[in-house]
Amino acid sequence: MLITRQVEFSASHVCRNPAFTDEQNHALYGAAANPKGHGHNFILEVTLDGSPDPVTGMVFDLKELKEVLNREVVEPMDHRFLNFEVKPFDRVVPTPENVAIEIWRRLHPHFSGPVRLRNVRLFETADLYVDYSGEE
Amino acid sequence: MKLTRRYRFSASHRLHAPALPDADNIRIYGKCNNPFGHGHDYVMEVVVRGPVDGVTGLVVDMRSMDDLVRCEVVDAFDHKNLNTDVPEFGRTVPTSENLAVAAGRRLRNAWKERFGDVPALEKIRIHETRRNIFELLL
Repeated sequence: MLITRQVEFSASHVCRNPAFTDEQNHALYGAAANPKGHGHNFILEVTLDGSPDPVTGMVFDLKELKEVLNREVVEPMDHRFLNFEVKPFDRVVPTPENVAIEIWRRLHPHFSGPVRLRNVRLFETADLYVDYSGEE
Repeated sequence: MKLTRRYRFSASHRLHAPALPDADNIRIYGKCNNPFGHGHDYVMEVVVRGPVDGVTGLVVDMRSMDDLVRCEVVDAFDHKNLNTDVPEFGRTVPTSENLAVAAGRRLRNAWKERFGDVPALEKIRIHETRRNIFELLL
């Protein structure tokens, strides 16, 4: 059975690669390349895969899931400027793709038992989201 | 990595199969058979899949993707009467099933030309209303 929990965090970022010229960055990232930054209300949906425990009837303790999500994602990223305040975005461009990969990396070690991390879906806006499930 | 982008277009249509008698059209399509037509604010989700580029951090050049989807689908369908303004629906009933097929065909051809096989154009999902959603694997 799959269970999905949603959390929100608001953060600013800049999408630009220092190896590129201003023109190249604008061509690639558009308005997101503005060096001063801009922000989003990111919505994160985390999906776990497991079987309901026969005694508790739960796939995973949702209180614990909430705590893990708060500790690993919301507290470090909410109301932060990702490029300056959250590693590895001092050297990795914080595109939604890379933010989703980083969230996967932070969450994955917490689900090594019978319940597995299945998917991380990150909405940057209502019209753009990415799905990452650990593939190379 | 999968990336999904939502696009919007508003269009009118009438569902009527000329090969069928009027009574059957009313029975099959109900209100959608109204001779004057009616419209929807369609939402089309385009799903692409591929590796994240190590330098850019992107799975697809989204500006190029937006440009392609707008040219091929949004501009052709937005604020149009699907039955009369879109060539695919000269003889084909513009149900959302057929709309997905037409949009999918337009996108697939243009996608191959612009992006090749990577990233792959995986599927589209057409929301006719909040309650009716049509998904087509490409």
